[in-house]
Parts: sequence; structure tokens; C-alpha cells
Amino acid sequence: MTSPASAPLLTVRDLSTWFHAGRSVARAVDGVSFDVMPHETVGLVGESGCGKSVTSLSILRLIERPGRIEPGSRIEFEGRDLLSLDDRAIRAIRGNRISMIFQEPMTSLNPVFTVGDQVAEVARVHGTDSRREAWDRAVEMLQQVGVPAPAERAREYPHQLSGGLRQRAMIAMALMMHPALLIADEPTTALDVTIQAQILELLAELQERVGMSILLITHDLGVIAESASRVLVMYAGQIVEEAPVRTLFAAAHHPYTEGLLNAMPRMGDRRERLTVIPGTVPSPTEWPAGCRFHDRCAYAWDRCRAEAPPLYQIGTGHVSRCHLAAEPARRRSPHGALAGGAATSS
Amino acid sequence: MLRLLLRRAAHGILIVWLVATATFFLLHLAPGDPIAASLDSPLTPPAVRAHYRHVYGLDQPLSVQYGRWLAMMTHGDFGFSFPHRRPVSAVIASALPNTLLLMGVALVLAFAAGIALGLIQARHRGRPLDWSLALGSLFFYSMPDFWLALMLLFLFAFVWRLFPVTGMFDPVMYPYYGFWQRIGDRLWHLVLPACTLALLSAAAIARFQRAALLDVSGEDFVLTARAKGVSERRVLTHHILRNALLPVITLFGLALPVLLGGSVFVEKVFSWPGMGLLTVEAIGTRDYPLLTAAVVIASVLVIAGSFIADALYAVVDPRVRLE
Repeated sequence: MTSPASAPLLTVRDLSTWFHAGRSVARAVDGVSFDVMPHETVGLVGESGCGKSVTSLSILRLIERPGRIEPGSRIEFEGRDLLSLDDRAIRAIRGNRISMIFQEPMTSLNPVFTVGDQVAEVARVHGTDSRREAWDRAVEMLQQVGVPAPAERAREYPHQLSGGLRQRAMIAMALMMHPALLIADEPTTALDVTIQAQILELLAELQERVGMSILLITHDLGVIAESASRVLVMYAGQIVEEAPVRTLFAAAHHPYTEGLLNAMPRMGDRRERLTVIPGTVPSPTEWPAGCRFHDRCAYAWDRCRAEAPPLYQIGTGHVSRCHLAAEPARRRSPHGALAGGAATSS
Repeated sequence: MLRLLLRRAAHGILIVWLVATATFFLLHLAPGDPIAASLDSPLTPPAVRAHYRHVYGLDQPLSVQYGRWLAMMTHGDFGFSFPHRRPVSAVIASALPNTLLLMGVALVLAFAAGIALGLIQARHRGRPLDWSLALGSLFFYSMPDFWLALMLLFLFAFVWRLFPVTGMFDPVMYPYYGFWQRIGDRLWHLVLPACTLALLSAAAIARFQRAALLDVSGEDFVLTARAKGVSERRVLTHHILRNALLPVITLFGLALPVLLGGSVFVEKVFSWPGMGLLTVEAIGTRDYPLLTAAVVIASVLVIAGSFIADALYAVVDPRVRLE
């Protein structure tokens, strides 16, 4: 847990990132607020299409047309308002104070430049290093992220490295300038399970050494359980639950989080089948009225269809966007779930 | 790598042979022959014609003529040109450098302009500058080469008199010029024909380059570069362009035959004493040896072009280098 006294490293308030196409508007991220404290790892989970990646790209202002961060959104980092910076100033933060690593180490590296060149480029862009110094630092960084024979690997091209090594190279690139915040967007999804564990371990170790915060974006609650101290659950462009990681796994409040947990296999599980959440994520051009999860929810009642739930305080550092917080008795009587789900998902 | 080169070379020789053979038969099956073209006068007694036909072996069966010709070709002997009254190799030696100069300059201009236009369009995608350039390149892209040559000639040499009308150098003053003046004079004569050829290709290259750049700009590694803090300009000219050059290199291999075909018309219009002009004349005079030699040389150039394109691929893309 973070102490409320320390100032957050990153503050996101009412972030809305919409994509305008003709007259239809896809509200991919729709009023998201959260903080990241110094040195902490925050997990951001949700299904594909819930807005996690758009949230992370918005922080570095990497959203391209027709996407737009809407007026009224606020992103503060180290006390600076990122949304009011000019192009040069935001570029000075990218890869320097805030770095990103991405899901596909295969396609995230440029195939026509050597790995060393790509890592060294960060130092060339942000520092005053000479070509030679930047290259030496790149080799050193590759060594630090556990790339064997880094001097030789640095002269190789991405296609000559394995997936795990490529992701290590991405991490080396991201940590070159010792950023205060690392945004890791599905960093292990494309990797084998054993490599996944190695990469997560490496990130934890480097976090310790560099003293940075990590915003870990994933659809995999297993990854969250291993690495994060606090979890944000996103659904349909909104944060629907926020809780310390133990609380979330022990006592998730939101039915969507419940569904995610039930869809996850666990040690000693005696279930024959994993439970699935019926239906699919609705389209961001037409989020359902009321609670955006109501047509997939086992507990939904009239109020859920009519009234958008606010974030209810459940406990310390635990909030949930669900009317069950106001009417907890209803949790014992799920009704009409399958019928409702089948009707809307057909 | 060596085996690949040898195989490519063998392919190349096979293609040259096929092209040359096809040209040989096509020409001999067409009505008329060099004797008819040069001695075609009612005053020439039939006996004289028959005599020359016999001397040059034109009365032999086609298969025998083909065999002799092939044997000569393999020894690098292209035969004798009747209308020029010189060995074909000598005729070509005086024309080929002129064509290579024209094509080389046109090629460099075309790719420099095409890639630059593509970059500008990609940078300003969807904005007025992009679509006005697209409209402009479509205009030149769809224009026939001889028409463009005539229009440039008309406007820049006749109406505004900025450039000379024809030839490679000033026919009167050239011998009296000093070294630098001669170079200047040659460049001045080169502008219109080279620009005609370059404009036609540059339009196609620009369209290709723009599409390739936009294609690559959606790749994941472009986002990585932006997230690293690299400026938009460098992202485009460094990370995107290097990848987007690959399809344009393919175009390089394809551009040579187009340029070569175009140079036939352009050389004719500007009276540029190159292979194109030579070929056109050779068709008129039924100059079999010169014509087949010209076709063989053209096919060698085209094959060399695709060879160079392959080599450039390896320079730009490390993934090709290893295979």
C-alpha cells in the first residue's frame, strides 16, 4: 500500500480519448482517473478493446488522428501537465522520464537496424552522447537486462534474436535513461510461459535497482498477481474497480472482476470447465446506457439499465463502479442472467 | 551466395538467347530485307540484287542463317551494318554511351524526385499539399512519353527558348569551347530529354513511395520509435523510409525497361544520337544485324537492372542478406 502522504508520480484525471470518424464517435477511453505512486507497480487489466492500451498511449500523447484526447482530461507527471506541453517538451519526456514496452517484441523492433543502434538511439536522442558513448552504453544496458554476449548481440538484427532476447532488448531500450515510469503494455503476452516468468522477474529486479514505477497493462490476472501491488480493472472505457492486489483476489466487488477471476484457472481447481462471461465487450461507438456491463451481468436489475453507477467506496483503497455497493442484498439473488446474456449476445 | 549468382547469370543468358532468337525470326519473317531497302530501285538489275543477296548469305535457308548468326553472336561478333557500312559493334559503341548517360541521369533524377515527393506527400497525408501533388503525378503518370517530349520541346525550346531543340551539343560552337564550357553545353542539352524521361518515372515512383511509406507508418516499430522520443521528421526519414524503400527498389528493376522503351521516343524527338534513335532507324532500313544487336543489348540492360535491384535489396534489408 502507498502512504497517502507521498505525492503521486502520475495523476490521470477524467481522461477521455475518443476516436472521431464522421458522425460516429468511439469513446475508447471515457473518464478514467487513477494515480501511480513512486516505486509502485500498478496493474491495469481488462479484455481486449476495453481501452487499456489507448489509456497508456494517451499518457505519452501517442494517440494519432482520428483519435483525440478530449478537453477536460488531465495528466500530470512529476508535477507537470503533460497535455499542455509542446511537441518538443513531450518528446523530451518520451523514452526518457516515461518509457514504454510493447506486446510484440517481434514487430516492435525495426527490422533494418541493428539492436545496438536501436538501443543507442535513445541515448543519442535524449543525451549529448557521442555515437561511440551511446553504443557503449547500449551494450552495457543489454548486459544489465541479461542479454548474453551483449557486444555481439548489439551488432545483430532483430530477426537474429529469440523472442525473449528481443523483449530484453526492448526493456534495455526503455530503461536506457532510467525513467521514473515504465509503461509495460502486455510485455509477456507473446512469450512462452517460462520466458514470461523470466521477463517479469527481470522487470521486478530492475524496478528495485532503478527505483521506477511500473504501469503494467495486461489481460492476464496471473501476471498481475505476481507483480502488481494495486490493480485497476477496466471495462468499456472506464475503470470499474480499483483495489490492492490481495483485496482484489480475496474479495472482488464488481461482477466483471468476479467474472475475470472465475475465468482464470487456479492451482487445486476441481472445476471441469472455467466459467466464461457471457457476451462480448460492446462497441465503443455505442456503450450501453446505465451500467455498461449490465447486459452481461448476472445480477443486473432495473436500476443498472437506467442509472450509470458512480465509483462506490468499498474499503480502504477499494472502489467499485457497481450498484451492488448500495444494495448488497441483491448479490444473493442473481436472476435472468443467462436469458439476458443470450438475448444480447446473439 | 555464389551459387545464387551463378544461377541468376545462367537465367540471364537463357533469357537473352530467347529474346535474340525471337527477334531474329520475327525480323526475317517480316517482308523486305536489307538489300531490298538499300538497292530498291527499278534501275538496279535483278542480277545485282541476287549477287548481293548471295554475298551476304541472305539466299540461304533461314535455319542456316540462324546457325551462322548464333555462332557469330557467341563470339561477340554482331555482324556488319549495311546502311552504316561499319561493323555493328562500332555503330553501337558510338551510340550506347549516349543512351547510358541519358538513362543514368534520368534514373537518378527520377528516383531522387520520386522518393522526395513520396516523403512530402506522406508527411502531409490527407492535406491539400498531398492531394495536389497526387493530382500532379497522376497527370504525368498518365501522359504518353512522346507527347510529353513534344510538349516540353515546344514550350521550353520553342516558345521560351530556354533549352536547345535537339542534339547532344552545339553543332557549330562546340569545337571552339573550353573543357568546362563543353561540359556545360552537354548538360544544357541533356536537360530536356532527361527531364522528359525522369518526369514519367518520377510520377510512378512518387505514387509507390507514398503508398509504401503510409503502409510502413502503421507498423509497431514506428510506435516504438515515437515512444522513444524520436522526432516525427526522423521517424519518417529514418525508421519508416528505410523500410519503405524495399518496394521502390523493385520498381528500379522495372523502371529500366520502361526508360529504355521511353528513350526510343525521346531520342527520336530530341534527335539524341543513342540506341533508341539507332533502333528506330534500323527498323526503317531493315538493318537486321544492328536491330538484333540493339534488342540483345536492351535485354542485357534490363536483366542487369533486376540484378542491381536484387543487390540493393540486400543492402537495405539485412533479412535478405543472410538467405
